[in-house]
Amino acid sequence: MKKIVVKEEHCIGCGLCEVYCTVQHSKSKDIIKAYNRENPRPTSRVTLEVHKPVSFAIQCRHCEDAPCVTACLSGAMKKDEETGEVTHDPEKCIGCWTCIMVCPYGAIKKDSSGKVVSKCDLCAELEVPACVANCPNGALVYKEVKK
Amino acid sequence: MSKYVIVGASAAGIGAVEAIREVDPKGTITVISDEQCPQYSRPMISDLVSGKADFGKMMCREHEFWTEKSVQALTGRTAVSLNLKDKYVELDKGDRVDFEKLLVATGGKPFVPKIEGSDKDGVFTFTTLSDAESLAAKLESAESAVVIGAGLIGVSCTEALVKRGLKVTMVELQDKILSLILDPTASEMVENVIRKAGVTIATGQTVKRIVGKPENDKVVGGAVLTSGEQVPCDLVIIAIGVIPRTELVAGTDVKTNRGILVDKTMCTNVQGVYASGDVAEAYDFVYGENRLLPLWPLAQLEGKVAGYNMAGKKADYPGGTAMSSLKYFGIPVISIGIANPKDPDQYETIVNHEPERSLYKKIVLKDNKIVGITLVNDIEKAGVLFHLLKNGVNVKKLKQELVADDFCLATLPRSLRRKLYPGEYK
Repeated sequence: MKKIVVKEEHCIGCGLCEVYCTVQHSKSKDIIKAYNRENPRPTSRVTLEVHKPVSFAIQCRHCEDAPCVTACLSGAMKKDEETGEVTHDPEKCIGCWTCIMVCPYGAIKKDSSGKVVSKCDLCAELEVPACVANCPNGALVYKEVKK
Repeated sequence: MSKYVIVGASAAGIGAVEAIREVDPKGTITVISDEQCPQYSRPMISDLVSGKADFGKMMCREHEFWTEKSVQALTGRTAVSLNLKDKYVELDKGDRVDFEKLLVATGGKPFVPKIEGSDKDGVFTFTTLSDAESLAAKLESAESAVVIGAGLIGVSCTEALVKRGLKVTMVELQDKILSLILDPTASEMVENVIRKAGVTIATGQTVKRIVGKPENDKVVGGAVLTSGEQVPCDLVIIAIGVIPRTELVAGTDVKTNRGILVDKTMCTNVQGVYASGDVAEAYDFVYGENRLLPLWPLAQLEGKVAGYNMAGKKADYPGGTAMSSLKYFGIPVISIGIANPKDPDQYETIVNHEPERSLYKKIVLKDNKIVGITLVNDIEKAGVLFHLLKNGVNVKKLKQELVADDFCLATLPRSLRRKLYPGEYK
């Protein structure tokens, strides 16, 4: 499947990945409206992690043997057998945080509503995920990854 | 003859069916469950009672799940006995189901101590959908409840009842709530939030007698605590804990302790007979021994491992440990492994406690390795810590950073990340 690959040596810690992820997952898809008018502000599903001098973006790795899927209490987290994507259905999610407990990457977070979790959906509507497309230094790459 | 027979169709049974079908698309599978619609999420029964989830949302697999997986689902049927010599399970009404491979995933049942008056109308347990439905049906006419037991089940039930407007008293024998999974500090933080929601908490006590209403003695009217105090109430919920449902294997060659004993493939001492979920004693990697861990995610994983092995694909259970994530009363809490070391001299604890922010993080170390994690409010990096625990990483140089606000994957030195996440650095 195609995955987002992180090249930490190229990351300059600018945080644009978070900005574009937020916009992409907003109602308006407009940067000003998303940041200033949408309340609560949509959650960025990618997190820029900084521990100076190291920085990199982290988002759901769509694990082959995903612990969040096995642990999910409600059936909200699923592995798409065809695409390999780990999908999350916020309608089914009960915000029990069990997936957060077992994600080895710490890549799942509470949604800004505080009631469900939120994670990378590889920008289903786009050919290339927004964080990858807008990374100014090639620190995020979207490519075919062997199992 | 069914190639695979699975008794119990909750988390472990579902996990097993999915694993078997990954490996063997054709072999016949029969699932036996005494519930009519078993593919629901047990931990969600409190959401049903509170009104947060309806029946549809509670389904952790679709209605078509059994047919899609080509499973003969004998729902609403009880497996009454097991014949290992001739390899069949006998059902109520005398039917037989023959098997080649058997999975016992019968789960747990609520522990109900002898309490005078527990036969009165208005006394409930709280583990199954039917428990929740019976309880929910009573709520219109009820104003108050006593919940016996302040563990996970008791707290989840209490929250649901509070959301439905009941006045609740929680009675706990230990001197702290959630004492099995939380240390006194974390327990107190949760306790404060629960009290603020209007719940009365009586610790160090239990209910010695359930009394009737003055106008009708057969209906619950109050609970008498060991202190002698009588708490008036319309409902009593017994939520002390669950015990393994081992009856099916009683009197057979299958070895049991408190639960059914299994090896790393989830096989019992009898070839071809497996056990998973709350009925089994599986490996705990923190304690280094097999023990009962009645937790949904582990049951699902154990069932999956059993399913692979039953279908001929070798798989070892990686082990689990106590791990609980709490969402109740709006205070997120995660507890993994050892929360309260019995012999504190042998352990080191790293704490970050900031009461003004309602923040509490505690890491328990043994020989510089993480064996316990408690997080209150700031829980989002729990999984990274859990990964360090699982992999037995020496964290000597990282100790204070583990409980810092900015702890994340990037905190770990690159060399360690390469080792722990090899897939990322190909």
